[in-house]
Amino acid sequence: MGRPMQVSRYWRHFKEKYRLIGGKCKNCGHVHFPKRPVCPECGGKDIEDFQFSGKGKVVSWTIVRNPPSGYEYYKPYPIALVELEEGPVVLAQLTDVDPEEIDFGMEVEMVTRKVREFEEDGIILYGYKFRPPIK
Amino acid sequence: MRRLLKPIKDVGIVGYGAYVPMFRIKNEEIGRVWGVNGFPIQEKSVNNLDEDAITIGIEAARNALKRARINPREIRALWFGTESKPYAVKPSATVIAEAIGATPDLDAADFEFACKAGTEALQAAIGFVGSGMAKYAMAIGADTSQGRPGDHLEFTASAGGAAYIVGEKTSETLAYFEGSYSYVTDTPDFWRRQHEHYPRHGNRFTGEPAYFHQIVSAAKGLMEELDYSPSDFDYAVFHQPNVKFPLTVAKILGIPKEKVLPGLLSGIIGNTYSGATLVGISAVLDIAKPGDRILWVSFGSGAGSDAFSLIVQDAIEEKRELAPKTMDYVNRKKYLDYALYAKHRGKYIM
Ligand SMILES: [Zn+2]
Repeated sequence: MGRPMQVSRYWRHFKEKYRLIGGKCKNCGHVHFPKRPVCPECGGKDIEDFQFSGKGKVVSWTIVRNPPSGYEYYKPYPIALVELEEGPVVLAQLTDVDPEEIDFGMEVEMVTRKVREFEEDGIILYGYKFRPPIK
Repeated sequence: MRRLLKPIKDVGIVGYGAYVPMFRIKNEEIGRVWGVNGFPIQEKSVNNLDEDAITIGIEAARNALKRARINPREIRALWFGTESKPYAVKPSATVIAEAIGATPDLDAADFEFACKAGTEALQAAIGFVGSGMAKYAMAIGADTSQGRPGDHLEFTASAGGAAYIVGEKTSETLAYFEGSYSYVTDTPDFWRRQHEHYPRHGNRFTGEPAYFHQIVSAAKGLMEELDYSPSDFDYAVFHQPNVKFPLTVAKILGIPKEKVLPGLLSGIIGNTYSGATLVGISAVLDIAKPGDRILWVSFGSGAGSDAFSLIVQDAIEEKRELAPKTMDYVNRKKYLDYALYAKHRGKYIM
């Protein structure tokens, strides 16, 4: 059966996870991900939603062979630090790519994929991952 | 008695987008496991481990938005046709709507009618916009379809989909609808009961009374109502469970093979079920010229067909370049052996 507390904890982040929506400081223009209540640059508290383009490049990566619970079916999978073209660096899975094809500086784009499934009867979590661009 | 479906306002496609997963399995490889030879197609697409009908729908929808260049908040309905919904109870359409930034001012629902769920959603979108109720409506057809291991459907059941944004006809419209027609009869050619993993089908029953009867009747019905003959069309896309069936339909209707081949992708990606004709049409829109007339006929078991006549407009030339082409996805491929394919399709019970 459901685990209401856990479901609501994920649900609050759908926009950020599905679409890569972060924050932009209305005072100094600094963009960050995930969105924070206070600007990490100037301390301003007027932060608006910011839609990232989803384009970026791999700055570091590794292959996960012993994943945490809920991710076992996807192993082994690559996880990377991706520098978005707008500046922020996000930690995310890479998908549609073989480990030997991954390289530092490799261009990637955001896609929304299944991230985790909670048992046979639980919710399915979708979220951002990155893959080599289609063209 | 008018049988043609035509809304009060003229409507058309303002954006379209396709998506096909990158993995493939060859029919030869499936045949090796089950000791079969003589195959309906060459190879079929297979979803990645982290893909399902929803994620396929999301990428197709995003491509449609890139071409439409509209604010997703202006979409008043998002209808998703699929027979492989990730949740038995809980709409898939809401996930897609959220992922493309269309929420919350819209209607969203999942449509079901075997392989014609996508065109069924499209008929509804045409009505919704054509009545003046909404500025834009999006119809999506996507599936990660399953065939019972070893069954002949396993050779073709594949993954993919496409999305269409319908809007009132303007110079920005890529292609407009001249009219549509729907034909249904109660025909038990294919079904799946609650709690069963794989569908069943009436074997030989699937061809004549089901597929051929519905598609040919729908195509003829539409042409009669519009007063067209097969030679009035520059392209034709028919539901494609394999390569032979749609080519046979073309022959019955007297449409030359050359007009069907550009939108006939089942030989290299398989049968994407609810996505099948939507993906085929997207491949045609990628190459069609302004002024071309396209015949589009889907088929869904159970059974029925939706038929549309589309005229391509000038805006196609610029807008088709705004998102990846269908063949960009079709040509991106990695082969799986049967063991890995079975993992991708969730065929191992753990
Ligand atoms: Zn600031």
